[in-house]
Amino acid sequence: MRYMTTKNRAILREMVVTDFKVRYQGSILGYMWSLLKPLFLFAILYIVFTYIIPLGKDIQHYPVYLLTGIVLWNFFTEATMQGASSVVARGDLIRKVSIPRYLVVITSTLSALINLGLSLIVVVIFALFNGVMPSLEWLMMIPIILELILLATGISFLLSALYVKFRDITYIWEIFLQAGFYATPIIYPLTKVPEQFHKWFFINPMAQIIQDARYAMVTNTTTTVWSSVHSLVALSAPFVIVIAVFIVGALYFKRHSAYFAEDI
Amino acid sequence: MADKEIAVSVKDIHKEFILPQSKNSTFKQTVVNIVKKNNKVTQKTLDGVSFNVHKGDFFGIVGRNGSGKSTLLKLIAGVYTPTAGNIDVHGGLTPFIELGVGFNPELSGRDNVYLNGALLGFTRKQMDEMYSEIVAFAELEPFMDQKLKNYSSGMQVRLAFSIAIKAKNDVLIFDEVLAVGDEAFQRKCLDVFEGYKANGQTVILVTHDMETMKRFCTRAVLINDGEVLMTGDPKAIALKYSDLNQRSIDSESLKKNASHMDSASSIKTYTSEGQESVSFKAGEKICANLSWKNLKNVDQVVLNIYKQSGEHITGFRYTNTANRDSVWVSMAPNVMPGSYQFMLQTFSIDNIQLDDAPRLFDLSIRNQYEDTLDEWSGLVYVDHSWLDREPETFEK
Repeated sequence: MRYMTTKNRAILREMVVTDFKVRYQGSILGYMWSLLKPLFLFAILYIVFTYIIPLGKDIQHYPVYLLTGIVLWNFFTEATMQGASSVVARGDLIRKVSIPRYLVVITSTLSALINLGLSLIVVVIFALFNGVMPSLEWLMMIPIILELILLATGISFLLSALYVKFRDITYIWEIFLQAGFYATPIIYPLTKVPEQFHKWFFINPMAQIIQDARYAMVTNTTTTVWSSVHSLVALSAPFVIVIAVFIVGALYFKRHSAYFAEDI
Repeated sequence: MADKEIAVSVKDIHKEFILPQSKNSTFKQTVVNIVKKNNKVTQKTLDGVSFNVHKGDFFGIVGRNGSGKSTLLKLIAGVYTPTAGNIDVHGGLTPFIELGVGFNPELSGRDNVYLNGALLGFTRKQMDEMYSEIVAFAELEPFMDQKLKNYSSGMQVRLAFSIAIKAKNDVLIFDEVLAVGDEAFQRKCLDVFEGYKANGQTVILVTHDMETMKRFCTRAVLINDGEVLMTGDPKAIALKYSDLNQRSIDSESLKKNASHMDSASSIKTYTSEGQESVSFKAGEKICANLSWKNLKNVDQVVLNIYKQSGEHITGFRYTNTANRDSVWVSMAPNVMPGSYQFMLQTFSIDNIQLDDAPRLFDLSIRNQYEDTLDEWSGLVYVDHSWLDREPETFEK
């Protein structure tokens, strides 16, 4: 079975482009908002965490460090929230044409990915302003983001299929994301947490992803899973979780997608 | 027929739906249903449907509302998954369950054409090739860069329709929703169907309009209550279908007439064999029992026949000299097939209407010879014969 046929690529392309074109419809600045949003977010965070609550005064380039974490977490939130409601939101299509159902989930991941790309441009600009030296390590962002996409898509598959039957899912997931935001070292540096707890933090794939991204992009002093965990089991935990979530999500989605048209 | 290539083969399709009230759409309901051990209520929509569509067929799927024909269409289109059975489609298939699927009002006309095309299964390259033809057919060249929300609804329909008819694929499926729109639009639709038929395009058409079916379809299947009632010749199917409709109208009429029986005056109709009936062939003998058991001093009784649309066809008067409370009348109304109503009026000797709210009793007249419908028109049939010379009774 071929997944990415020219037909399916045409569908994806049209749906993603539509999403992007429609998103800032009616606003004067239009697409500029995709850049302005992370920009203003950055300004606010910079002021709050440099002057008001100096949480990261020990961290090199803390504002960039913080922004990297926020941008990746925002992608995760956007991709999974949009993904969870994607099947129901496109109910009209699903009831009337027989397009492969997984395409609507992939569409929301790709839409979120476009935003992540634009945000990362802003991150890079501010990193350079902040005196971060560009290096080959930045290329490590490619596998890190691929892992993040895999995780977000897997969760989206699972949630979107569940959402068709249980409309409580998005509320539950929203609460989960709120908790996750604080359970993941995003606004606080992991160095503020006693070291014996670090290995528990790194079971969370988002913690591993964000810390690795900071290591690659911002500063080599970042605590990562590689530096704080020594057993192979603990080291592989976040990656195993990502792969397991994707497989479970994809299988659950595949099993239920045949009945989406009548269940929505 | 057997040597023809099969385009779509439908084999023993079953489809059941879980009824919404037994569906778990929140956790609370799920828990409640598990605790109460509520069983899911399912509804059989299709129950063992099989037929083949051959290449080059203009194939009709017909049936009354709720017969399951739209479900069948969605199964063939791949939107639904059958509970059991197989559907094999040989070659590409483009279904039009609705026109303009995925149209987004915020996008330009041009973007919508590409979006709709992609959703129907066309690649970008195929759409590039079809694009100018689509726009030309829709006669919307100057508007393609405007947003769809600025189109009139007629323009939107034209655009959607143009995409549909320029679509080329081995099998095309149309739902009857295409039949909406003004007369000019419908004529355009029919022209397109004409073209398909002439070119040997394989088409599956879902409809309940027998005239459209008889005009275009080369073969058809009649679905009733989720089962195949008949497959084959569209003319035979149209007859069977009107028969089916008549039966449901009759049972409604019987029920309605029975509910009027307790009123002051009432009518019951029988065949000449004494079978109670509300449906007769044109010219067939009808025996009607008229009764006014709850009325006193009835002097005159008038039986009126109206067409459903209100025209008064006829009325006959009976003078009740023997002071009876009911009477029989036998008649053979040679009227145009259709729906009729009886009304019984009762008068006292001073010509005062006694039953001030006489009820209407339903009656259906069917075509006598199923295919002679076109040979006469008007309200009533006047007995006539065509002669090639002057009648013999003329005085020479």
